[in-house]
Amino acid sequence: MTSFIQSYLGTGFGWFVAHLVYILLIALPLMLAVAMIIYADRKIWAAMALRRGPNVVGPLGLLQSFADGLKVFLQETIIPSAANKGLFLLAPIITFTVALMAWAVIPFDAGLVLADINVGLLYILAISSLGVYGVIISGWASNSKYPFFSAMRASAQMISYEVSIGFVLISVILWSGSFNLSTIVMTQKGYYGDWLGGLGLNGHAFNPLLFPMAIVFFISALAETARAPFDLTEAESELVAGYQTEYSSMSFALFWLGEYANVILMCALNAILFWGGYLPPIDWAPLYYVPGIIWLFAKILFFFFVFSWVKATVPRYRYDQLMRLGWKIFLPLSLFFVFLVSGFLMLTRYGAAG
Amino acid sequence: MSLAHIIKSYTLWEFVKAHWLTLKYFFKPKATINYPYEKNPISPRFRGEHALRRYPNGEERCIACKLCEAICPAQAITIEAQPRDDGSRRTTRYDIDMVKCIYCGFCQEACPVDAIVEGPNFEFATETREELIYDKSKLLANGDKWERAIAANLAADAPYR
Amino acid sequence: MIQVFAFYLFATIVVASAAMVIFARNPVHSVLWLILAFFNAAGLMVLLSAEFVAMLLVIVYVGAVAVLFLFVVMMLDIDFAQLRAGFVSYFPLGGAIAMVLLVELILGIGAWQAGSLNLAQRTAPLPEATPNIEAIGQLLYTRYIFLFEAAGLILLVAMIGAIVLTHRARGGTRPQNIDKQNRRRPEEAVRNVNQPVGQGVDLGGVEL
Repeated sequence: MTSFIQSYLGTGFGWFVAHLVYILLIALPLMLAVAMIIYADRKIWAAMALRRGPNVVGPLGLLQSFADGLKVFLQETIIPSAANKGLFLLAPIITFTVALMAWAVIPFDAGLVLADINVGLLYILAISSLGVYGVIISGWASNSKYPFFSAMRASAQMISYEVSIGFVLISVILWSGSFNLSTIVMTQKGYYGDWLGGLGLNGHAFNPLLFPMAIVFFISALAETARAPFDLTEAESELVAGYQTEYSSMSFALFWLGEYANVILMCALNAILFWGGYLPPIDWAPLYYVPGIIWLFAKILFFFFVFSWVKATVPRYRYDQLMRLGWKIFLPLSLFFVFLVSGFLMLTRYGAAG
Repeated sequence: MSLAHIIKSYTLWEFVKAHWLTLKYFFKPKATINYPYEKNPISPRFRGEHALRRYPNGEERCIACKLCEAICPAQAITIEAQPRDDGSRRTTRYDIDMVKCIYCGFCQEACPVDAIVEGPNFEFATETREELIYDKSKLLANGDKWERAIAANLAADAPYR
Repeated sequence: MIQVFAFYLFATIVVASAAMVIFARNPVHSVLWLILAFFNAAGLMVLLSAEFVAMLLVIVYVGAVAVLFLFVVMMLDIDFAQLRAGFVSYFPLGGAIAMVLLVELILGIGAWQAGSLNLAQRTAPLPEATPNIEAIGQLLYTRYIFLFEAAGLILLVAMIGAIVLTHRARGGTRPQNIDKQNRRRPEEAVRNVNQPVGQGVDLGGVEL
């Protein structure tokens, strides 16, 4: 499509327009997906509590998120008089933008990626480390005690779990030999293909050295997106609504959109890094007739279901338990597995060229 | 710590068990009703939205004795009265501030002519506060609207009074 | 064309936000301007096709170090009057540092005017085709392996040193032993008793 637009608008401007279209092609469905996934979250959560969840707006309540969005649109934006106005309004924008930015390097299918850069995974790490600022700035700029406590908690939590996420990613990178997400997906193809008669399994998670890392990554992803059981940042029994306490109307909506876009991103990363991304789960030729994007979406939805499932099951962690889990269990564990993986690769010379 | 405990803690056995339980609940029938389309039965004594009733001939029951105004613990009722042209004592103003009301039902207990009653309606949410300050015409309209249900409820409850 | 535009955009923002770091009255604003400067510096690195360094700059400085700065600065209890009171007494020292920096700048610009270093003569010319993560790796783990390991060792010593210097073992605390709690089973914690009527409960040695 890029060349098609470029033939009309010239190389430089055509490229610009084409990529603008691509960005919209990712961002707009993503917003729609966020709306539907909030609905799905509420439905799943309700079903596990034997409730019905939203059921009035639209058939089966499908339009509930849009009704909520409209309501939020029509409300007044309240800025506390003691707040730092500029930063107060900047914070939700940062959260929202950062949540969208990371999607630039996610491969939806073979070759179907906005920016196929060779430091894709580092880019994701960098962007997710920026996510802290939306939270910390909102907490500080609100000039209110609970948001500030929440911001402190949130940023300490996100930084702590980014460390273990980093080490988990290193073991994946070591095995795949690349930072590029498409390459990482392709290296997951056909585990045990020789033993299973050509019907290998697609996904690093089937690798016994990487499976524990998949679990650690999943739990860290829960902590990174501040989902239950690590939702201490908005522990309503302690901190009202956390860093969003003083927010209303659109600024609040931006936080919500950003939060759920991050959740979907983490589900996508789980799928891409450990469960074969856009590859079908089994390396069997007929399965490749289903487009890769369908497999990826199926995996994302599955992981989102697990996110909701965990939220409906596990009670909230206490803050010191959270820190203990991050620093005393996940960090040594993931460090040990980096050692194991690199040691194994070194001994077997797996993937070494020549 | 036995070997079984070690295996259990490293395979996150308790989490797996917990998630299996919630997954079973996921497929269970819902415990809640499908609310706006299904409703729970309510008692004849249910104290919901207020209504001013009329006699079957269309004459309003209220005689402006102000007993309800006097007994109201939240002081939500305001009544002003004047003799009507035919000499009977009637209210010129009968306001209930539904925001103040605590739905204790004292007003209907105090009423000597069963004029003010709390009907079975509990779905009267409004968009503004002002709409919740009911005046006489609104209360009479409520009475006309809910008369059959109110009469049936009063009849059902009568043997126990 | 787009590169030139991007360069001037990033460069202007870096310089402007660096100036704002100094001029902002509120220290929190200073840190936030500093973060903006870091971020745009990363943009400049990308323009130089040093994407690895750019990402590391964002991950390490913006993602971790600046957050810690922000933490510290947010916690500060700043008294502006007190800050200004020290201005006169610190002026000579500050002025001296400013003079040194000015001299360095003049020297640097002078040296630059005299002709730049010939970059083609750098010790390890970059292979053109390899991604620069690989290029950096190949340099770090071959030619500069000793310096690299030594730097790692120094950082480790610094980290342990900081912990040793600041760690105080407080007596009299009763910290929670989570492993012990996790090991406790219901059978050990619960005692089923068929309690006879009219008798007190035997707490089994528990003192109330």
